[in-house]
Amino acid sequence: MSDHGAPLLAVRGLSTEFRTDEGTVRAVNGVSLELPRGRTLGIVGESGSGKSVTSLSVMRLIPDPPGRIVGGQIEFDGRDLLALADEEMRRVRGRRIAMIFQDPMTSLNPFMRVADQLTEVTRLHLGHSAPQALAHAIEMLEMVGIPEARARIRSYPHEFSGGMRQRVMIAGALSCQPELLIADEPTTALDVTTQAQILDLIRRLQRETGTSVILITHDLGVVAGMADEVAVMYAGMVFERTSAAGLFARPGNPYTRGLLRSVPAPSTTHEKLFQIPGTPPDMTALPAGCPFAPRCDRAAEVCRHETPPFTALGDGHHSLCHFAAEVHQEAWP
Amino acid sequence: MAPAPTPRAASPEPAVGTSLWQDAWRRLRRNRLAVVGMVCTAVVALASFAGPPIIAAATGYTYDYIPPNQSLVRSFAPFTAPDGGFSWLHPMGTDEAGRDMLARVLLGGRISLMVGVIATLVSLVIGVAYGATAGFFGGRIDDVMMRIVDILYAIPYMMIVIVLLAFFGGQSPLSQLFLLFVALGAVSWLTMARIVRGQVLSLKEREFVLAARAAGTPAGRIIWRHLIPNALGPVIVYATLTVPNVMLQEAFLSFLGLGVQAPYTSWGSLAADGIRTIAIFPWQLLFPGVTMAITLFSLNFLGDGLRDALDPQMRKA
Repeated sequence: MSDHGAPLLAVRGLSTEFRTDEGTVRAVNGVSLELPRGRTLGIVGESGSGKSVTSLSVMRLIPDPPGRIVGGQIEFDGRDLLALADEEMRRVRGRRIAMIFQDPMTSLNPFMRVADQLTEVTRLHLGHSAPQALAHAIEMLEMVGIPEARARIRSYPHEFSGGMRQRVMIAGALSCQPELLIADEPTTALDVTTQAQILDLIRRLQRETGTSVILITHDLGVVAGMADEVAVMYAGMVFERTSAAGLFARPGNPYTRGLLRSVPAPSTTHEKLFQIPGTPPDMTALPAGCPFAPRCDRAAEVCRHETPPFTALGDGHHSLCHFAAEVHQEAWP
Repeated sequence: MAPAPTPRAASPEPAVGTSLWQDAWRRLRRNRLAVVGMVCTAVVALASFAGPPIIAAATGYTYDYIPPNQSLVRSFAPFTAPDGGFSWLHPMGTDEAGRDMLARVLLGGRISLMVGVIATLVSLVIGVAYGATAGFFGGRIDDVMMRIVDILYAIPYMMIVIVLLAFFGGQSPLSQLFLLFVALGAVSWLTMARIVRGQVLSLKEREFVLAARAAGTPAGRIIWRHLIPNALGPVIVYATLTVPNVMLQEAFLSFLGLGVQAPYTSWGSLAADGIRTIAIFPWQLLFPGVTMAITLFSLNFLGDGLRDALDPQMRKA
C-alpha cells in the first residue's frame, strides 16, 4: 500500500463504544486504516457509519462518559497514541495532528477576535511571543487567501462569511505545520462554489506543506477529486479499502457498488435514482453476521450468520464481504 | 443619556472589529427604561460616595454628628430651621438626635450599595468558578458538586445568615458589617453556580470548544477564555438582579436589628429607626424608604434591559 516506508498513521482494530440508556452503541467496531506520509485518505460513509467517531478517536476527543475507546491501537509516527498520557496527547493535538470541522459557523468562538483565536495555537505550541504569533497569523491568513488579512484579523467571527470562516479554521489548523490534518466534512455546510474553493485550498496547501490529510465525507465526488486512498465505512466497520482510482474503477463490495450507483449522473437526469433499500441498522442491536446483509441484494444464508472476512483482492484492495472476489470480478459499471 | 463608548458605535454600518458586546451595548442604549435605570443608579451611587464629604464641608454635619447645643437635639422637619422658619440646612430634616437625615441617607446608601455589590461580587467569584468547574468536568465531579449545592439550597438560608450574625456579630460595628458581606455573599452564590453550570454544559457541546480541544488548548484555558466569556451574558443579567435582591435582604436583616449597627447605618436600619416614630416624624421613614425604592427599581430596570440586550435569540453568532 505504501511506498514511503512506514505509514504516518496506522489504526489497528480500533473499537469505540458509547454507553447510552438504550444500550451500548459500538460506533466503531474493529476499524483498521493506514495513511502513508503526504497522502490523502478519504473516509466515506452514510451518517452514523462511524467515520467521525473514528477521527475523534484518533484525536482522543471522544466525550467520556458516555464514550470510550475499548480496543485497538492508533500508531502515529511509530507511537501508540492510546498509550500517551493526557498531557502528552494534548501536546500532539494542534501541534502534530490538527482538525477542522463541518460547521465553520460554530467552530469559532463568537466572543474572541480572529487574531486571538489564531495566535492561541502558536503561542501554546511553538512558544511564540505575541507579536511573533500575530505576524505568523497574518501570514497564515494570507496563505489561505483572505484579502486584507492585516485588517481583517481584528474582526470577530460573525463578520466573516461561512467560506471565509472555514479558511480561518484551516489557517489555524495549519499554523503549527502539523503532519496530519483531519478534515471532518469540511465542505458540507458550504455552498457548492465555496466548496470547490475550499477543496482547492486544501489540495494546494497539502502540496505546499506535505501534510497528510484524512478527509471525512459522505460525498463520493469529493473523494474522487481529493483522495489517494479510500476507506468505505458502514455500521462502524471498514467495508472496503483501496486506492481512489481502484474504488471507482472496480468496487469490490456490494455496499460500495450501491453507494456509487446512488450518485446521480449528469447524463441520467430523468431516470429514477437508485436507492439502497432499507435503512442503516440500529447500532445498539447489530444483527449477527454481516451488518449490511438485510439491505444487500446478493445476501446469502452465510451472510446472516457469519461475520464476513476482510478479503484481499490484490494491489492493496480489501473488501469485507463473503463474496468479495466475485463482486470484484463482476462487470462495472 | 450615557455617552457613547466610541463614535463609530452610532453609525449604522459597524466597522470591522465590532464585538458582540458592542452590539449589546447599542441595544441597551436604545432601551429607554434601562437607560433611566442606569442613570438613576449612577446618580444614587455617585451621591452616596461623594455626597457626605460635600455636606460635611458645607454644613459641618456628618452622618454621626450630634450637635452639642441641646436645643438642636430633636427631629426637625425638612427645610425647617430651629425657629420654625425655612432653611436649606437639612433638606431631609434631622433625626431625634439632631443628625442630618440627608447625610445619613447618603451614608446608608453607601453601605447598602456596598453590601449589594460586594455580596454579588463574592457570589460571582464563587458561583462562576464553581459552576464552570462542575459543568466543564461533568460526570461524577459534577454530580458531587451539584448535590452539595442542592443540600445548601435546602437549608433556609436566612436562618444561616441570622444564626451567623447572632453568633459572631456584635463585637464591633465594623466586624458586624464585614460579617454581613460574607454572610450574604456566601448564600447568594448557589443560584449563580447553577446558572453558570447550565451555560457551560450547553456551551461545551458547541463546536468551537471541540475545536479548541483539538488545538491542544489546556482545560483551564478553555474554561477561562472560551467558556466563561460566552456564559457571561446571563451571568451579568443575574448579577445585576442579585444586587437589589441582596440589598433587600440586608434591609430586612437591619430592620430586624441584625444587620448594620450604629454609628453606621443603612437604608434598612434607617427605616427601622423611622418606623418607630412614623406618626410623629414621617420624614425619617419616607426619605430612606423612597431612596431605596428608586434605587431598587432602577437596578431592576437595568437588569431587565441587560437581559433583553444580551438575549441569545438576538445574537448573530
